[in-house]
Amino acid sequence: MSITLSEAESRRIVSGYGVPVSPFVTGTSTAEVLAAVEADASVTFPVVAKLCGRAIAHKTERGLVRLRIADTDALAAACDELLGKAVPDDGEVEVLVSTMVDGNRELIAGLNDDPQFGMTVMVGVGGILAEAIRDVSFRLAPITAVDAAEMLDDLATQRLFGDFRGEPEADRAAIVEALVALARAGAEEPGLRSADLNPLILVDGKPIAVDALLEIEEGDDA
Amino acid sequence: MPDLGALFDPKGIIITGVSNHPGKFGFVTLHNLLASGYEGAVYPVSRESGEVLGLDVLGSIDDVPDGAADMLFICTPPAINEGLLRQAAAKGVTAAFCAAGGYREAGPEGVEMEQRLIALCDELGIALAGPNGQGVVSTPSSMCAQIVAPFAPAGKIAIASQSGNFVSSFLNLANHTGVGVSRAVAAGNASVLGIADYVEYFTDDPETAVSLVYIESVDDGREMFERMAPLAARKPIVVVKGGASAAGARAAASHTGALASDDAVFDGMCRQAGLIRARDVEEAFEAAATFATQPLPDGDRVVVVTTVGGWGVAAVDAMADTRLDPAALPDDLMAAIDEKLPPRWSKNNPIDMAGGETRDTVPEILQLVAEHPDVDSVVLLGVGIQSNTASMMRNGPFFPDHGLERIVGFHERQDTRYAEAAAEISTATGTPIMVATELANAGPDNPAPATLHALGRLCHASAGRAVRSLHHLAGYSAWRQARGL
Repeated sequence: MSITLSEAESRRIVSGYGVPVSPFVTGTSTAEVLAAVEADASVTFPVVAKLCGRAIAHKTERGLVRLRIADTDALAAACDELLGKAVPDDGEVEVLVSTMVDGNRELIAGLNDDPQFGMTVMVGVGGILAEAIRDVSFRLAPITAVDAAEMLDDLATQRLFGDFRGEPEADRAAIVEALVALARAGAEEPGLRSADLNPLILVDGKPIAVDALLEIEEGDDA
Repeated sequence: MPDLGALFDPKGIIITGVSNHPGKFGFVTLHNLLASGYEGAVYPVSRESGEVLGLDVLGSIDDVPDGAADMLFICTPPAINEGLLRQAAAKGVTAAFCAAGGYREAGPEGVEMEQRLIALCDELGIALAGPNGQGVVSTPSSMCAQIVAPFAPAGKIAIASQSGNFVSSFLNLANHTGVGVSRAVAAGNASVLGIADYVEYFTDDPETAVSLVYIESVDDGREMFERMAPLAARKPIVVVKGGASAAGARAAASHTGALASDDAVFDGMCRQAGLIRARDVEEAFEAAATFATQPLPDGDRVVVVTTVGGWGVAAVDAMADTRLDPAALPDDLMAAIDEKLPPRWSKNNPIDMAGGETRDTVPEILQLVAEHPDVDSVVLLGVGIQSNTASMMRNGPFFPDHGLERIVGFHERQDTRYAEAAAEISTATGTPIMVATELANAGPDNPAPATLHALGRLCHASAGRAVRSLHHLAGYSAWRQARGL
């Protein structure tokens, strides 16, 4: 039996292996959230606020995401509203606030414990159409930087990595580094079953995960 | 793991279940073994005494001289095979091919018998191929120990297949193309020896330049990866997988899991391990045949040399789906070609000679292109056209008069020369030179494809297929270079 970790827990785990995630803080009350944002200089407005918890997988569908929050007052209002939307079935919840990052290009990266091949790592064209486009490349974790670079070469949508709508060329080395780190999490993190980083937005060409969802084998989670 | 030497190069073979009925497996195996010219000792064993194909049939393995045979070929039913293996081991047998079926594939009782077979071979130290397989072929030993045809010309491709029928398909293609085989084995139920065991042997085998494998099911993908990757670093391994289009139907909680089709993961494993994955049986054979007969290119830059415009365009079009780069011609190469051809030549890649070639032009241009440091591979198109014209003249109503005999001879000598030049210049420069013409299939007696066939080199049946094989060579070369190999 596996469970899905909250976005905040998921972010902390992958970020511990060196996967870049957008700066974030969490809190269980509006006051706690505001204090955390105040205390952490890396979280800057505009921000995104989400209600997150282990039982909450489909945040967008339930309207539990607030985008482009411009200042502290608007954030306070958003926190009140999000916390008010929690229902008893959600269990323990908190509000996650992260710096809003912008980029037109979205990748998906992930991990999957394959029944035949063991832990695999994936990169592909991301966003909400990822499963429809299916332009993805897999490897067996862990991987070397050479493997990761070849994963990028495997993708059909190479134009994504050039100059794109006024944005600079993708920083392949930075993407490679993120994939190697993610694959290491897959190989080393106990009980991990799967991970989704979707999207992994290219900001100034560098990848930053703005969502993370890890599935782990229950019992391995201390 | 037991040594496979006795499976592929046995000094003597015992065949059980030999019958005088030419439709039975035992008879066919004995026939094929003798017909392929196997020179070791052969001991047919059967309950029926007498003579089959000129050999005395022994009533029991006990009658085989001690140490005279090291391989056992089993065509008898499962119930008696354990006893036969014990007798054979006592005589010095260390390898067995079990063609007999009736094991795992035949239900619960068969599963149990296969388990006992595995345990027994482990106890006796016998390398067991099969059961339920079609046989083993080894050209260095002139050995076709198979319950079906064919044998194949000698060469450097070693085949291991989870489908016996594809062993035959690859051997048929070897006969058709002239690109030969070193070893071939059908894994059958693979109860002891599996694909990775055979590839390990092939990788150490001096008779083999490339492994060619057909895989249908992967029991432990991680183990396959870990065993195959170090082997691929030493010798190329071409893989074709059956059942690859089945989408991963697994219920997945994650996007990544939903995107992890069996095919996508297998494909990634191949890329990581350096396995060269072909899309189908023909592409797999042609890739293996190219690895077996051409040097590895240093990079992706390809120059097409052609006497005909259309095929040159088709070759460049085909490169769009590959890693290959139809590179611009370097200035010094352009200038050198200008010296050899009239001004109407294409002045770019493809080098279309536009009918400007004279007696020595094709070999001279090939030499210039293949030796140029900025060219990694060459594709030669348009061979065989002169001999095609010659053929119509030779078979028409005017031959040999009106000067036809002389021109027919010239045309045929020219195509022979082009084929020979492609082989010689490729070997001398270390640059792959692929030759393609539809005459490989449509006119195999034409001197161009016939000469390549006689040289044991692949004449590709189209520009696109030559490009596809070259893509695999360049991909393997890039995989090696990226890892400092």
